Amino acid sequence: MSTNAMIELALDRVDWNDLAGNQEQLPRVFTPGEVLMPESGFMRGHGTFVEEENIVASVAGVIEKVNKLISVRPLKSRYVGEIGDVVVARVLEVGQKRWRVDTNSRLDSTLLLSSVNLPGGELRRRSAEDEQMMRHYLDEGDLISAEVQNIFEEGTLSLYTRSLKYGKLSQGMLVKVFPALVKRRKMHFHNLPCGASVILGNNGYIWIAPTKGEEQEGGEGGFVQNLNEVVPRSEREVIARLRNCILALAKCKLMLYDTSIQYAYEESLKYEPRELLQQHVMFDIGQQTQARLRDVDLVD
Amino acid sequence: MAYVALSEAEKTFILHGVEVISSVPLFNSLFKVSLFLQEDFRCDGRSRRDYRPMELETGLVSNASGSARLRLANTDILVGVKTEIDVPNPLTPEFGKIEFFVDCSANATPEFEGRGGSDLAQELILSLQNAYESPLAFDYRTLCLIPGQQCWKLYIDILILECGGNLHDAVSLAAKAALYNTKLPRVTATLLDAGITDLIISDNPYDCTRIGTDAVPLLVTVCKIGDYCLVDPTAEEEVCSTVSMVVSVSMRNETPFLSGTHMTGGGSMHRDTMLNCIQLGLSMGEQLNKLLVKMLKAEETRVGPKRPKTVGFLK
Repeated sequence: MSTNAMIELALDRVDWNDLAGNQEQLPRVFTPGEVLMPESGFMRGHGTFVEEENIVASVAGVIEKVNKLISVRPLKSRYVGEIGDVVVARVLEVGQKRWRVDTNSRLDSTLLLSSVNLPGGELRRRSAEDEQMMRHYLDEGDLISAEVQNIFEEGTLSLYTRSLKYGKLSQGMLVKVFPALVKRRKMHFHNLPCGASVILGNNGYIWIAPTKGEEQEGGEGGFVQNLNEVVPRSEREVIARLRNCILALAKCKLMLYDTSIQYAYEESLKYEPRELLQQHVMFDIGQQTQARLRDVDLVD
Repeated sequence: MAYVALSEAEKTFILHGVEVISSVPLFNSLFKVSLFLQEDFRCDGRSRRDYRPMELETGLVSNASGSARLRLANTDILVGVKTEIDVPNPLTPEFGKIEFFVDCSANATPEFEGRGGSDLAQELILSLQNAYESPLAFDYRTLCLIPGQQCWKLYIDILILECGGNLHDAVSLAAKAALYNTKLPRVTATLLDAGITDLIISDNPYDCTRIGTDAVPLLVTVCKIGDYCLVDPTAEEEVCSTVSMVVSVSMRNETPFLSGTHMTGGGSMHRDTMLNCIQLGLSMGEQLNKLLVKMLKAEETRVGPKRPKTVGFLK
């Protein structure tokens, strides 16, 4: 019986800074409480506050200057929602005419009963029975894909799933990355040529699932999960490889979108899926992907 | 354990990866034959017997006698060993003492805030104490200074900085690494008048002795998902499992010995499954032990006795 265990030494840790574009000018990272500059003549922006006539950073991140406006862009942050964003969210609680869902933002978001497609027709009044059946549609722990419909004053997001492409997610895997790494694009639902589909949520939650047939997708009404279906080994391998590739790209701080994921997937084919967990393999994938993306940019 | 919410479909997906036997039809001209393949392909591509890569550094806390940091995927453990001179227990006059303390930092998960992590901490302390209890698993005689009068007491402080599943294994690996790294100052005894002995602790910080760590046990969590047992579960896999068994493995003369077991989770186990778990735990423990010792020695030779600089957390 063989096993694969591996202990690396911290001495051999990969220096992820080697991936940075210009090596001479690495951006300076400010830590919370660090004085940026005297207040006189400048305006304080996001991520800063004024203390004893100095502008001080309130988050850890890089400084951004627009004319006289000084702001600090955080390195890590929670999701700041915008109307129209595609998100992947998890149901936390079933409430009165609404579900409380987690979208990785500072406050929990809500999904109103009136903003979901109920089975049996688009236009239907929400009756009292529907309210009692809410747990039947979406239960605690369930994952959904949705779009941000509205942002309330205090910052909570209101989601909606009134489209056939949104709804409850079935078998697959969730990967969490920093929200800033997901590139905002026209499309966030992708059926990748390698044989799996991904939903790149703007909130940093990425859903990887086996690609479904066309006819199946339309008729499901958004609340069906097929728990008896077994995902075959070949699709499982693709999904595991994609998961590890996405995590490798995130570790290398490369932007995530369909092209970068596809390139990373192609570069990863020379490794076994489980080897992609090792840091020097991750680094290699990041480097190769970055080089390919740069080549494409040059051609354009 | 930190709570991770999963939907039924995600659980099914994980479960099928571990256990389901899928049938692949093989079409023969005469017979329709199905070939049954057993899936052994977890969500991140590992098989049931694979560990995630780990990262280790020792001696990174300068004001502790010994320290180690182990990172196993997202699980991050920092261990510091503190030493003190104490009076041995009258029942075991030749033995030193060890005390464990586990602190679940609220950085790991907000649930640990306040007293939230104390149950988990207590569980980890108990399983470590249980594993280290036997004098065959840890040579308490090396901690003895003057039998019946003075001995070393080691405080092993374990800090959980991040939880990504498989805490028991990570904690025990880090504890063993920290003990390996621990340096006890050399002590000489002088006999004063009236039969009282006085201890003189060496002033030279490099004049020190080591603790024998060959037999120090490691914990291996064997997690039962569906009908199969696997090692190194991720946080998601832990949610899917009904019961898991923590097997503590101590090495003596190149052979693995069982120094304790401990069950977690609500389920129960069949006798055969249990034996399988112990067997799997023992063979994993043996390999982990060899690997850990090999890497600790490699680090030691590369760093040298006077450690110039540590790598630490950032970078």
